[in-house]
Amino acid sequence: MSITLAVNGALATVAAEPRTHLADLLRGELLLTGTHLGCEHGVCGACTVEVDGAPARSCLIHAGACGGASVRTIEGFAEDAVMAALRESFSAEHALQCGYCTPGMLVVARDIVLRLPDADEARVREELAGNLCRCTGYRGIVRAILGVLAARRAAA
Amino acid sequence: MKPAPFDYARPADWPAALALLAAGARPVAGGQSLGPMLNLRLALPERVADLRHLPDYAGVSMQGETVRIGAGTTHAAIEDGVVPGRLGEILAGVARRIAYRPVRNRGTIGGSFAHADPAADWVAVLPALPGHAIALGPQGERRIPLAEFVLGVFETALRSDELLRALELPALPAATRFGHWKFCRKPGEFSKATACVLALPGAVPTAVLAALDAAPLVIADASALLADPTAEAARITATLALDDPWRAALARTALRHAAEAVR
Ligand SMILES: Cc1cc2nc3c(=O)[nH]c(=O)nc-3n(C[C@H](O)[C@H](O)[C@H](O)COP(=O)(O)OP(=O)(O)OC[C@H]3O[C@@H](n4cnc5c(N)ncnc54)[C@H](O)[C@@H]3O)c2cc1C
Ligand code: FES
Ligand code: FES
Repeated sequence: MSITLAVNGALATVAAEPRTHLADLLRGELLLTGTHLGCEHGVCGACTVEVDGAPARSCLIHAGACGGASVRTIEGFAEDAVMAALRESFSAEHALQCGYCTPGMLVVARDIVLRLPDADEARVREELAGNLCRCTGYRGIVRAILGVLAARRAAA
Repeated sequence: MKPAPFDYARPADWPAALALLAAGARPVAGGQSLGPMLNLRLALPERVADLRHLPDYAGVSMQGETVRIGAGTTHAAIEDGVVPGRLGEILAGVARRIAYRPVRNRGTIGGSFAHADPAADWVAVLPALPGHAIALGPQGERRIPLAEFVLGVFETALRSDELLRALELPALPAATRFGHWKFCRKPGEFSKATACVLALPGAVPTAVLAALDAAPLVIADASALLADPTAEAARITATLALDDPWRAALARTALRHAAEAVR
C-alpha cells in the first residue's frame, strides 16, 4: 500500500506492506535510523517517537494507521530548545552509555518537562518506568531531567 | 517479532465498519494490545479495520445527567481530565496508572474493555460503576450493564457482529466515595491483583476484585467489606478457587486496601 505521512515536517509517500510497523518504515524506507528497536511489543520504549504531538511506540503502529499522521523522530528535534537543554544535561550527567535507549528516553524526557513542569524525582521515575536502560542504572537520566526541570522553573 | 501479512482497511463510517466486521476483519483501535499480538503472531487476522477515524469514536459528551465516553477515548485523555466531575476524577486516577504514557496516548478505554484482559485496569474498575456499554450491531445499539460486560478471560458480552461504540455512565455526585488498589512490582506492568470499592451516597456500596485469571468478581453489596475490611476480604477470597497461596494473599490484600482507601 502507498502511505503518505509527515515526518519531521516534510511530507513523505512510501510504499509498504500493511504489516510494516512505523519504526521499520522510518528506519528501512526513510533511513531515519535514530529510532531504535528493542522488544517490538511495547515494553522497552526504545522505539518511542512523537506521533501527532504525543509520544507513542513506533513498533505498535502498523503502516496503514500511519496514513495522514504527523511523526517526529529524534532527528526532527535538532533545532528544538527543550531537546537542546536535555542533550546538554544528558551529557553532563552521564545519562547514557551505549546510547541505545537514548532516542526514546529523550522523547519521553521532553514530554515530562513540558507536560509536568512540577515533577519531582518520584514522578520522574514513575514516568520513566516505560523506558528501559541496560547501562546507566537510571540515576544519571533522572538527574538530567530533574536538572532541566529545575533550570526551567528558575527561569520562569 | 514481525507480523504475518494482513490487509488494512479504514472505514469512514459505522455501517462500513460493521460490514468489514461481518466480512471477518479484526477491529483495531489503539493497537496497544493487538499490536503486540500481531508482532508476536499471536493474532493472525487476514484484515484489520482501523476504528480510529469513525465519527465520534473518541471524545466525551454530556446527555442530561449521563456522560457518554466514546470507545476510542484514550487513557491519556481520561488521565488529563476529559471526563467531567467526580466520575472524571475517579477515572483519571485509574487511567494514570495504566501502562506508560506513550501507551496511554494510543490505547483506548473501549479497546481495553473489549479486549477483556483479566488484569487490565478498566476491566477491574468499570464493573463497579453504574452505567452501560453501548454495543452497535446490524440491528442498532444494545445496552449492556457494565457489571455484565466481561464474561471471562478475553471474553465479553459483545456478539461477533458487534462493535463497542461507547460507554454511558451517570455523572456521579460529588460525595461519591471510591477506593482502589492494585499490586504491581513495577509501575505500568500488568497488575497481579486489583480491587476497587465504590460508595454512592445513599446507595449500597459495590466492589470488584480482578486480575484473577477469570472474569472480575463483582460484589454487588460491599457493605460488610466496608464495615470490616480484614475479615470480609479474607472471607471473600476464601470462596475463590485460587490455587496459589500468593495469589490468594494478594487478592485478600487488594480487597482490604481498596476498602480502607475509600474516601
Ligand atoms: C507495554 C504495555 C503495558 C500495558 N500495561 C497495561 C496495564 O498496566 N493495564 C492495562 O489495563 N492495560 C495495559 N496495557 C494495554 C493497554 O491498556 C491497551 O491500550 C488496551 O488493552 C487496548 O486498547 P487499544 O485501544 O489499544 O485496543 P487494540 O489493541 O486496538 O484492540 C484490543 C482488542 O479489542 C478489540 N477491539 C478494539 N476496539 C474494539 C471495539 N470498539 N469494539 C470491539 N472490539 C474492539 C480488538 O479487535 C482487539 O482484539 C499495556 C499495553 C502495553 C503495550
Ligand atoms: S521496540 Fe517498541 S517498545 Fe520496545
Ligand atoms: S545507555 Fe545503554 S541502554 Fe541506556
